[in-house]
Amino acid sequence: MLTEFMSYLHSTVTPGEAGNQLWALIYVLIIFTGVSIAVIAMNWLERKALAHFQVRLGPMRVGPHGLLQPIADALKLMLKEDIIPSEADKMVFWFAPMIGLLASFTVYIVIPFGPSQAVSDMNIGILFMLGVSSLGVLGIVTAGWASNSHYPLIGALRSSAQMVSYEVAMGLAVVSAIVMTSMNTAGTGTLSMIGIVQAQQQQGIWFLFKFFPLGFVAFIIFAIAMVAETNRAPFDLAEAESELTAGFHTEYSGLRWSLFMLAEYAAMIAVSSIAVTLWVGGWMRPFPNLLSAPIWEFIFSLFPGLTFAALAAIAFIGTVRMPSHSFFKIQRIGLAGFALVLAFIALVLFAIAIAGRSSDTSIAGRFRVGIDYVYWFVLKVAIFMYLFIWYRATWPRYRFDQLMKIGWKVMLPISLGVLILTAFWGVLVK
Amino acid sequence: MNPALANPAINVSAAPVGTPYFFYGLAAAAIISGLLVITRRNAVHSALALIVTLLSVAGLYLMLYAPFVAGVQIIVYAGGIMVLFLFVIMLVNIERASKERQFNRMWPVGLVASCALLALFMSAFTKGKSLFPDRPLQLPEGINTQQIAAALYGEAGKMGAYTFAFEIASLLLLVAILGAVIMTKKRI
Repeated sequence: MLTEFMSYLHSTVTPGEAGNQLWALIYVLIIFTGVSIAVIAMNWLERKALAHFQVRLGPMRVGPHGLLQPIADALKLMLKEDIIPSEADKMVFWFAPMIGLLASFTVYIVIPFGPSQAVSDMNIGILFMLGVSSLGVLGIVTAGWASNSHYPLIGALRSSAQMVSYEVAMGLAVVSAIVMTSMNTAGTGTLSMIGIVQAQQQQGIWFLFKFFPLGFVAFIIFAIAMVAETNRAPFDLAEAESELTAGFHTEYSGLRWSLFMLAEYAAMIAVSSIAVTLWVGGWMRPFPNLLSAPIWEFIFSLFPGLTFAALAAIAFIGTVRMPSHSFFKIQRIGLAGFALVLAFIALVLFAIAIAGRSSDTSIAGRFRVGIDYVYWFVLKVAIFMYLFIWYRATWPRYRFDQLMKIGWKVMLPISLGVLILTAFWGVLVK
Repeated sequence: MNPALANPAINVSAAPVGTPYFFYGLAAAAIISGLLVITRRNAVHSALALIVTLLSVAGLYLMLYAPFVAGVQIIVYAGGIMVLFLFVIMLVNIERASKERQFNRMWPVGLVASCALLALFMSAFTKGKSLFPDRPLQLPEGINTQQIAAALYGEAGKMGAYTFAFEIASLLLLVAILGAVIMTKKRI
């Protein structure tokens, strides 16, 4: 086991390709933990950001600025009574949340956080992602049907119609990005997620800007379709609370309901990762070819540390600005401790960046490179996640006929046209 | 030579991913859920069992070094067609459907047909040794997608082996789509 552990340390491919099951398991555990933490953080950020958009304070009670609110919520949901309606189809009702959760967590196998920072590099990577994430709709449909109640059934039918229609435009937008990987050179096209990012690296351009404006339009189509695919506002008709109470999960409570939420947020992160991989250069830092001098390499490798230092500074300012009443004493100590932890992480990251600045092959150098890859990938995904909140705060919900009209009559023709034009441009214009 | 083969990252001689246990597990899942499809009274349960069958078959494709086919199987059947199936079944009155006879009078014919198919498979399995290569196929799964593309669309200016059949199939689909539109629309 130890040799299996050590042998992978100098490898430059993913554990799946190296055939190293131990490291594959380690990666799976790291990703699972990371995604769960990200979902918790996203939950807090969404409530806070939405509140500030609407000139409210949001959660303030549990912990400083409500930082511990997601943990309190999770505890509450776990302790809540788990109700299964008497007329419900018990087995399907029990199984439905699992389907969504399985689908949205399985896709993380192929998400490339770096050239070797993925569980596996499948030859069919992007196809696998689209296929498995399209299974998520089954969880929603079965949940709505198994509840044996009107609102969930209507919500499930709406949701399945919506997801099936937007999948088409989404798939065509993805294909036009895949076509860009193989322009003018036979045999370089690839479906592998890692291969797509490497193609952008070789061509020296994010596919967002390639064949301007074609890549951009395809990206916009995908960005709209991915919001619809995850059933988020303004496309959240499946859970339109003013019409359907809570849509497909009306009859769910407690832990099962929280599984739906977990699946939804994990799916959001997954589709954002697809967008980042296909159009925004995946793990690459900005201008990897233009600013390739060692000094730029070093400056960009300081960014992870700077981010954590900024977070620590914000937490520290929060500690100082906290009211000096004795009621806030524990909260103040807790926030100060949190600031210290963040500052410590920042210090470690700085130390790695400085220790590994000269080489890519030493242990510190490999750590520095790996942290850089994961940092830029996660930063890009985080921007997309913030956009999800922004959309929700900004736009009113679509009506169902408007939704179908946009999906079939606007997005589908545009994405087909973009695909055809991309292919023509790639073949004709040398 | 296909350029993907020259890629040093793809290890052609790597140990096969599939072990017999995977095969038996997937085959058992496919057969059991296939039986559930025809024996469940509730149509939604049947549809869900059918999804499990399709996913197990996708797993079998993966074991045959055909990841592209497996991915398409998941996208088209499990993700697309079965959702539409469920969509339609949920709108059907389940109470009335569950009171109807589950097997109609055609079952002896079906039994004979399936026995004939089983006999065919058995004879192929026992006697058809010459039909199959006698050693494990060296199929690099790393270029499965490229191989399928070459077979369907041709390579280096040559027409692929199945280009014509493939295009005919797409024409057939187009006809079916037009037919569906004409049948549902009263006025075009």
